[in-house]
Amino acid sequence: MRDFSYLRAASVDAARQAAALPGAMLLAGGTTLIDLAKCGVAEPETLVDITHLKGLNGIEVSERSAIIGALAKMGHVADHADIKSRFPAVSEALWQAASAQIRNMATIGGNLMQRTRCPYFRDPANFPACNKREPGSGCSAIGGVTKGHAVLGTSDACIAMYPGDLAVALVAFDAVVHLGQSQVPVDDFFLLPGTTPDREHAIEPGEMITAIEIPGSASARRSTYLKIRDRQSYEFAAASAAVGIEFEADGRTIRDLRVALGGVATKPWRARAVEDALKGKVLEPDAVRAASLLAVEGATDHGANHYKIELAPRVVARAILKMGETA
Amino acid sequence: MTKIPVYLDINGHHHELQLEPRVTLLDALRDRLGLTGTKKGCDHGQCGACTVHVDGERVLACLTLAAQAQGRTVTTIEGLAREGEMHPVQAAFLEQDAFQCGYCTPGQIMSAVACIREGHAGSDEEIREYMAGNLCRCGAYPHIVAAVRQAAQEVAS
Repeated sequence: MRDFSYLRAASVDAARQAAALPGAMLLAGGTTLIDLAKCGVAEPETLVDITHLKGLNGIEVSERSAIIGALAKMGHVADHADIKSRFPAVSEALWQAASAQIRNMATIGGNLMQRTRCPYFRDPANFPACNKREPGSGCSAIGGVTKGHAVLGTSDACIAMYPGDLAVALVAFDAVVHLGQSQVPVDDFFLLPGTTPDREHAIEPGEMITAIEIPGSASARRSTYLKIRDRQSYEFAAASAAVGIEFEADGRTIRDLRVALGGVATKPWRARAVEDALKGKVLEPDAVRAASLLAVEGATDHGANHYKIELAPRVVARAILKMGETA
Repeated sequence: MTKIPVYLDINGHHHELQLEPRVTLLDALRDRLGLTGTKKGCDHGQCGACTVHVDGERVLACLTLAAQAQGRTVTTIEGLAREGEMHPVQAAFLEQDAFQCGYCTPGQIMSAVACIREGHAGSDEEIREYMAGNLCRCGAYPHIVAAVRQAAQEVAS
């Protein structure tokens, strides 16, 4: 790991200013950044440690919304009683992510800034070509081993998968990222690779995530995060789904439905086509399975990741039906 | 890079070190302070061998900069025993034969102590989920689960 200088920011403003300088990066839990520095992917000249800033780790839940401070730890949010009761999909996405140790370190803001786990991206010594690391250098994954790569939202420049869980739940429930005074919908915060896969987030130097806000809703209250993976725990998703549902008074007709996918796309993937196909309909297994196929509309595989195109709709359908059972 | 002073509170003892900012808590513990009970496995946050407690919570020393731990309270496996008495989790690991080669054991024990304290050791299934961040290459998992279960019951009684 290349050495760097280290400073502790005294305030949010000081952190923003320090991190805006060339070569500087914000350091929170460090679970991505220190790892990538050891891989030779991140080469910061200065790390601006924000973990000691006060007032950024609150978790405020009301009827209207949940506002979670950027420095709240993943594990604390997962275990928070009001998050569990009003936003179960958020809690479930968090506790099924990483390990208990990492969840005690990783912050909510840092979680949104998590980088891809694409093995080619993480290995510059053996794979110099990576458009995400070095724009214009090519993509080592295309034509390589693609079992863990995306089938949705890819481009000719990059097929790296977005690996996170939390943001999948956030995008399903229209959460908003607070960058100090300005706010960005989570769906817009994550960028498609297109021709600029090096740019993953709608955040500029000098900006810093201060909180995320999740609007409260009936569908958020009746929600789940279903994560399917190669091993039962401590693994990234082969495919996952955040699903929330609200029924009409009859308890059968779907008034509101939220569906987002993880483990299959280059960003947290809202599946509005599935939602639109089922809203206003009576929840019925065959209709749910048929509509769930719309989750992978436009998907393209690169060989070994083909299974995701079959798996994702099944995960979506199972999650929707599970939420229906509790009607 | 210029070294910086780093003050660390480890197992109730204060240490003042001069470190390059890039030095992890793990390397500071092992190479500078001789506290080699905390193990370096993968050094990438994937195996849990380096698990220590910072302000009472289990974290990975390999992904924590030593400088970040300044002002925090750090506990390592060496700080677990009290007045020569093994911690109940240490005793349970011995009793249940919860290791083979022993390399992952300090991390397993530090993780188990926190797992029980967090209230995540209520069933074997929950123990397996919340101990998933600690890999054991020898595959001693059934005995590890038994040790955590035993220690959790002892703590509760």
